[in-house]
Amino acid sequence: MSSRVWAFLVPFFSVIIALLVAAVVIIAIGQNPFIAYKAMIEGAFGNLQALADTIIKTTPLILTGLSVGFGFRAGLFNIGAEGQMIIGAIFATVVGINMRGIPPTLAIPVTMLAGMIGGALWAAISGYLKAKTGAHEVVTTIMLNWIATYISSYLITGPLAVGSGTPKSPEIAPSAKLPPIVTVGALEMTSGIAISIIAAIVMYIILEKTKTGYEVKATGFNPYAAEYGGINISKNIVMCMAISGALAGLAGALEVMGLHHRFLGTLSGGKGFDGISIALIGQNHPIGIIFASFLIASLRTGSSNMQFVGVPKHIVTIIQGIVIFLVAADRIVKTLLKAKKVRK
Amino acid sequence: MKIFEVLWNIFTNPLFYKLTLTASTPLLFASLGGVFSEITGVVNIALEGIMLLGAFSSVVITYYTGSVWLGFLLSIPIGIGFSWFHAWASIKWRGNQIVSATALILIAQGLTGFLMEPIFGQPGQTPYVGRINEVTIPGLSKVPFLGEAIGTISPIVILAFAMVLFAWFLIYKTPLGLRMRAVGENPEAADTLGVNVFKIRYFGVLMSGALASMGGAFLSIGEVGNFRELMTGGRGFIALAAMILGNWNPVGAMWACLLFGMSEALANQLQSSPLLNVSATVKPLFNLFPFVVTLVVVAGLIGRTRPPAADGIPYEKEE
Repeated sequence: MSSRVWAFLVPFFSVIIALLVAAVVIIAIGQNPFIAYKAMIEGAFGNLQALADTIIKTTPLILTGLSVGFGFRAGLFNIGAEGQMIIGAIFATVVGINMRGIPPTLAIPVTMLAGMIGGALWAAISGYLKAKTGAHEVVTTIMLNWIATYISSYLITGPLAVGSGTPKSPEIAPSAKLPPIVTVGALEMTSGIAISIIAAIVMYIILEKTKTGYEVKATGFNPYAAEYGGINISKNIVMCMAISGALAGLAGALEVMGLHHRFLGTLSGGKGFDGISIALIGQNHPIGIIFASFLIASLRTGSSNMQFVGVPKHIVTIIQGIVIFLVAADRIVKTLLKAKKVRK
Repeated sequence: MKIFEVLWNIFTNPLFYKLTLTASTPLLFASLGGVFSEITGVVNIALEGIMLLGAFSSVVITYYTGSVWLGFLLSIPIGIGFSWFHAWASIKWRGNQIVSATALILIAQGLTGFLMEPIFGQPGQTPYVGRINEVTIPGLSKVPFLGEAIGTISPIVILAFAMVLFAWFLIYKTPLGLRMRAVGENPEAADTLGVNVFKIRYFGVLMSGALASMGGAFLSIGEVGNFRELMTGGRGFIALAAMILGNWNPVGAMWACLLFGMSEALANQLQSSPLLNVSATVKPLFNLFPFVVTLVVVAGLIGRTRPPAADGIPYEKEE
């Protein structure tokens, strides 16, 4: 079978195996997996509001998935999408608050750009350290995640805080808010989803049709050969991390501009880490990443509904973990599938 | 300058040194685990997940058996069993080691959160189940200053430092250690000499599971006596950085862990210093101290360290 077919088959069967294993776990705590999964599907697609909620959750995941996926293509393991997203959201909030009186045609792109710059700068630290000193990006991005988290909890209770009760920043200017496409009940589905999909298409074009994309892929494939071929590896590493961070920063900006309209500190809730799963399930391909994001978002939306039938929502994290495990050791799945064919 | 007075007070307080040792202990276990795995050639960034599972399982076992020591001891086979998945995926199936380890972290986070409700009936954190008592070392406890710092201490802290000696001896003074290093540096050559590369790598990864699990168990039943969701809070990754900083050597890792333990203790003491009177708003900023130290140290000193040559590369036996 060609590698293209495997690229689809391995994640597909990994998800099925993960759902089966999770069913066993659900049985182990004395619950019925059929009832649980039925509740999950209803929670994710049962009605228009559920579907809108799933699409809202898909939006940032596409971007964090693209962020991690872009890094992978350049041979960089960016675990820092979480921190980059937080810094992006902070930048977008600070700029967005100050957009009062400026028309949306200017305020929206400027606020978005601020988020991207925030994420890019944060990621570029890891890129710079890797290029300069060889510090592994896995360690540095994780440290930067924690630093971003604590900076955000300082800002949200200190300089950026407004009002009492739950920590929150002031609302951004109305002109910096993303206009909604559809309004379902209390849910506003904003144009963020369109921006995410455009970002995926842009990434596809950059990777497949430009010289930069060729250099990125060459660096990822074999840095020594790429260097021999005249590609500046250090420059490429910093640039790739910055682009990767800009995508995660945009995810943070869109969460502020389209969903909460303010910075809530704990906005991310693991969306940066979900980016890792999504990039892997989507096989680092922009289109695959869109579908993988939709899958993970459905699991997340549906999991809240599963709580009502007595299954803790953490089951989704377990499912995600098993899927990644099987994608990592894809030979397990390939061997299973081949064994089946032989028996036939 | 008030800050110097505060620092003077902290550094002359014996309790600061005890706090440093206590904060270093979970890092030390996990870091030694990392050394065992990586010198045989398997990268194991799953330490964070294994620690989390160790912390949780030791609380669960203590809850059911009523014995903290059983909790501590039985969490070790659980850590070994969990790390076996990483070994299986990365040795037998030659999978991507970083990806497989990321999966284990997610599974550990999911599993510990998931099981909290059915077992303890509440999410977030478990009730207090008891903790391992400190022991007083006769003689030493009478010595001024030193006695106050380490005269009365958790036996697990002593065990952690004893493990450094054990690891150093095993890796550098025994035939098994020589084989482990050979497999991590040049598996083809080791294989030619009749060393079973796969078995040695399994041993390395499973040892890392045992040690990381002990580190996690110390966090829960060694220190606070209960389990909170995601209570490892990045310590597995700091341990990883300590291993790199320590040049994949048990003794080096120990010094690095002490450095991070000290930065954690210092952040802790600065926050609660009555002289500084830190406001609740600024407190989160102190928590980023150990992470900044890690970042600076990893970035600044990495040039002097070198990983085992075959670290992270799956071994394929030529037929």
